[in-house]
This record gives sequence, C-alpha cells and structure tokens, in this order.
Amino acid sequence: MKIVVMIKQVPDTTEVKLDQRTGTLIREGVPSIINPEDKNALEEALTLKESTGAEVIVISMGPPQAEDALREALAMGADKAILLTDRAFAGADTWATATTVGIALKTIGDFDLVLAGRQAIDGDTAQVGPQVAEYLQIPQITYVREFVLDDGKVRARRAVEDGFEEIEAELPALLTIIKEANTPRFPHAAAIMTAYREQEVTFWGAEDIGADPETVGLKGSPTQVKRSFSPPPKEPGQIIQSAPGEAAKDLVGILRNKNII
Amino acid sequence: MDFTFSKEHQLLRRMVREFAEQEVAPIAEEIDREERVPFEVLEKAGKLGLMGMPFPQKYGGAGAGEIGYCILMEEMNKVCGSTATIIGAHTGIGAMAIYLDGTEEQKQKYLVPLARGEKIAAFALTEPNAGSDAAAIQTRAVRDGDYFLLNGSKTWITNGDIADVISVLAVTDPALGARGGVTAFIVEKEFPGFKVGHKEEKLGIRGSSTAELFFEDCRVPAENALGMFGAGFLTFMKTLDVGRISLGAGCLGAAQKALEMSMDFAKSRYQFGAPIAAKQAIQWMIADMAIEIEALRSMIYRTAWMMDSGQTGREFSTMAAMCKVYGSEVLCRAADVALQIHGGMGYMKKYPVERMYRDARITRIFEGTNEVQREIIARNLFRKIGLRLR
Repeated sequence: MKIVVMIKQVPDTTEVKLDQRTGTLIREGVPSIINPEDKNALEEALTLKESTGAEVIVISMGPPQAEDALREALAMGADKAILLTDRAFAGADTWATATTVGIALKTIGDFDLVLAGRQAIDGDTAQVGPQVAEYLQIPQITYVREFVLDDGKVRARRAVEDGFEEIEAELPALLTIIKEANTPRFPHAAAIMTAYREQEVTFWGAEDIGADPETVGLKGSPTQVKRSFSPPPKEPGQIIQSAPGEAAKDLVGILRNKNII
Repeated sequence: MDFTFSKEHQLLRRMVREFAEQEVAPIAEEIDREERVPFEVLEKAGKLGLMGMPFPQKYGGAGAGEIGYCILMEEMNKVCGSTATIIGAHTGIGAMAIYLDGTEEQKQKYLVPLARGEKIAAFALTEPNAGSDAAAIQTRAVRDGDYFLLNGSKTWITNGDIADVISVLAVTDPALGARGGVTAFIVEKEFPGFKVGHKEEKLGIRGSSTAELFFEDCRVPAENALGMFGAGFLTFMKTLDVGRISLGAGCLGAAQKALEMSMDFAKSRYQFGAPIAAKQAIQWMIADMAIEIEALRSMIYRTAWMMDSGQTGREFSTMAAMCKVYGSEVLCRAADVALQIHGGMGYMKKYPVERMYRDARITRIFEGTNEVQREIIARNLFRKIGLRLR
C-alpha cells in the first residue's frame, strides 16, 4: 500500500503579523513548522505503516527551505520526501497549488490513499485538499476524525457541527484529517540525525512533473490577493457603573440615541 | 567561524523542548515534593533516544554528539533540575565511562541497553573519606581467579539505588596509589555482595535519588575491569571532564529560565504605578544576568564543539573545568537574583523560583567542587609556562 501525505510548512504562530506597508506576511524571526493538522495526517499514515507496512511518501510545495518540514516528516518515520519547488510555482493560489500537487501525485502514481490536514494555520482556506481530489477525480472525505481501510474501501467518521457522519468510499481516496484524530509522535533523536545526515529529499520542478507553466503558479491562479490587512482594533466598550435600576435606564437611553431600539 | 547550530541540532532542540514542556514540566513540582524518581518520564525519554544522546547510533545512541547532549541538558534543566540530574548521572558520567574506555564487548553488553534507556547507570567515585581528593579512595578490589572481590563503600551516588549498571572506582594496588594502582569496574546491581544503603534527603534535586553503596566481597568478573588495569583514575577523570560540559549546559538552561521568568515577572508586576521593569535596579539585574548567560553559552558550546571535533587534550580539560565553575556560579547568581526580583513570591513554594534556587546550589559542589576545579584550571595554566604544581 502506498500513502501520500500532503504537508505545508507554515510560520510557527497563530498570530501572523502583516507588514502594513506591503500587506505581506512578516516571516522574519518566526520559526517554520509543519502545519499542525498536516502532522495529524502524517501520524495517521505512520500508524497505518506500523500495522500494514504501507509506504509513506510526504509531499510539499514551497520555497527550498520547506525542505526542513520534509526532513522532520522523515524523522517522524516517512519513507520518502518530495519537494515541489520552482520559480514557476510561485504566487500560486489554492487552485494552482492543487493543480501542481495533483500533477505530482499522478507522477508518483498508484497510490491508495492521500492524506492532508484539514487546513493550514496561515491561510485557513481548507481548499487544497478537496481541490486535489477534484483534480484527480477521486473521492474525498473531509474533517476526518477516524477511519479504517477494508477491502479496497475506506470507512471514515467525519466531524460535522452537531455530531459525526460515517462515509464509505472506494480507494484511492483523499482524506483531510482534524487535530482531534490523534497526538502526533515525537521524532526519535537518532531519526532526526539520520533524516538530515543520510536521507534524501527529492526536488521536483515544473519540468520534472511535466507541468504546463500556464496552469501553475501565478499564471495558473484564477484568484489574486488584492490587499492584505489586519482588521482595525475594536473600540473599547463602555461600562455603565450606576446602580442596577439606573444602569438599565442609562443603557436604554444610549441604545435609543444610537437608534438601535 | 560559524556559530549557527546545524539544522538537525535545531530540530533536536525543538523536539527536546516540546518533550520537556509536555512530559516533564507538569511533574517537576510533584517529584520534588514527593522525592520521587520519575520512572515514567525516563521510560519515555529512553524511547526517544534521550538517554543516550551523545553516543554513536551503533551503540544504541542518538549520534547527536556532545553538542546534542548539551542541548538536551540545557532544555531539560529549564523545567526540572531533578530529571536533568538523573539523565546527567546516567548518560554524562555513568555510561560515558563505558563509552570512553570500554572494550567493544563491554559496549555491546552494557552501553547499548544504557543508551537505549532500557537500563540506568550510575558513577561511583565518592567515598566517606574521598570526594575532591579522589585519589584517597579506599574501596579495594582483590583478584580471586576469574573475579575481583570488591570491598568498601561509596557515598552520595546519584541514581545509586535505581541503577542497573554502576561504574565503580577501586584500589587494586595500594602501593601504587592513583598512578597505576586504581582500576575502574563495571558492576551490575545483581552481582553478589552489592548492596544499596541509606537514601539521602536533600535540599534540592529531590526528584533524583542519592544513595550509599556497599560492596561486601562483591564478585565482579575480571572481564568487567574498565579501561587499562591500574589506570582507572585516568578513566574516571577523563569521564568527569566530559561530564562537566553537560553539567554546565544544564546550568545554562536553568539560568536562562531564571532570566525569562524574571523578565516576565518584572513586566507584569506593578509597583508605584509602573512595571518594576521600569526601575533601573531591576534593569541592571536583568542586564547582568543576560551578559553572563551569553558568555556561558559561548563557553559551553565551544567546549562541546572541541569534544565533537576530537580536540580533547589539556586545553579541553581546562575548558571543561571552566564550564563547570562558571556554569554553576552563573546559575547560582541568576537563581538568587530571580528570587530577589520575584520578592516574597519568589520565596514561596507555590512558585517555581523557590525550587530552582534550591536545585541550583548543588552544581557548585558535585562532579568536583568549584574550588578543586579552580585548582585544575590554575595547574593547567601554570603548566603552560613550565611550572608544574601538585
């Protein structure tokens, strides 16, 4: 069995700061990590590897330094790592990213399962996983809390707002995993050393996967970021400190003045 | 010159920090209060390669070198002095003696399970009448066919009552003394005649155990002699050299933590309408701590780098002694200042500064008192200009 896990390198903070002048993310001084829910996806794959002997391939798209995220995945126990990196891929929106990853998955070939995190903590779109499944024309199950493989099928329990749905799909399928699914393992100290000193990360550019430059990167992106900005800070609230009866009257007065009631 | 950590050491630090924060920090207060060895943590640490960090992978270690081991000690001591001490006695000296001078067979038999954390090691040098004066030990080893019979006692041995394997120094020829008359042995706790005595109650590092060991006609197979026969003093001194770097690294971690806690406190504690960080008195304390910590960091990792690049001569030995002295003194000053900045809160058991203050004090004493380290440093320095001091 062959499992491919899609991972993204993201800044290690949920409070990404924006450069007010250029509207771009300030990445300086912020360490990079594997997107947390992608780690949950990898953990699912590694658990399956232990029980079935499956081969686990991790794939990422990003600048050359995203290699570190893949090395960490190797240290956790992945067998192979592929980094899609090329100037032609730069500036991609989720559509062009999914196209690129989709082409790469076809290049890898005969996979049984594709796993990804639900969404990345930097973009929060939750789009790339489902878009890759659409590109590959394979079934997708999102928000997966747990799943089992059985006789060429996957049965998954996906979290919805008020409970769970159980869904069955034919393999190959793509699943996006939520953080409640598991606790990702720590890499073994020796495996960290080996991941950097002995194991390899394969670099693929547009030519290596035969991607048409018009369909990837900025050129292949139907959406473009016009402007990024932080929402203006909320104005501080008003505290009415008079006695309860008075306070109620004051509050009604204020709301009337604002034409709210 | 390049002062950056390798990528693998950076990832290692992140992993160790997360492990320390998630698995060790939550129990640090409890094991200190209860004087309990955290076996569950040691087991998890072993499974992640943290009990054999510096040793090559062929001996069950992580292959992370002395630098990797110092990173571990630094991060571990930020959250728990007791756990760091247990790992230090196990890896840094107990197992280290076998790694440095053991035969291939001894390494396969003893170092591999120790490095994997399947067994725990201790290092037994100190005796009731021999601590800093290590050459004055009285534990005797007498040949008896294929065995040596050990008689005597060791005191204040970290991990003494939990160790499976103990590196022990004993006199094999009283006439020769430290130069040729002392031999190191690998002792298993199951060997007949080995006994654990009293367990000490301590001021700090209370989650680590410190015990007396007795040898009463303890039968040790002759093949368990460690290093060259009669050269045990060298084996033990060489081991302590290495142990002193990582001890200093532990001090670096705790001092850094003291600084961070002090800064957080000085930022949030308001007096006279402003955070106390606005007071020059506090600022100078913080600045002085930070200066010393940065100097210590450079010293520790330069010395660890010397070890990893095979530069282990007299200069290394001098540097290792400096790491121990400076590390322990920077830490004790930092812990004292941190407590002062925290004021009454720092004195209360509810807050971790109090524990850090107690845990810090031993570092100026164990693995060779700072006074003896200063003698080593001075002797090595004078030797360079042709004066041999004894």
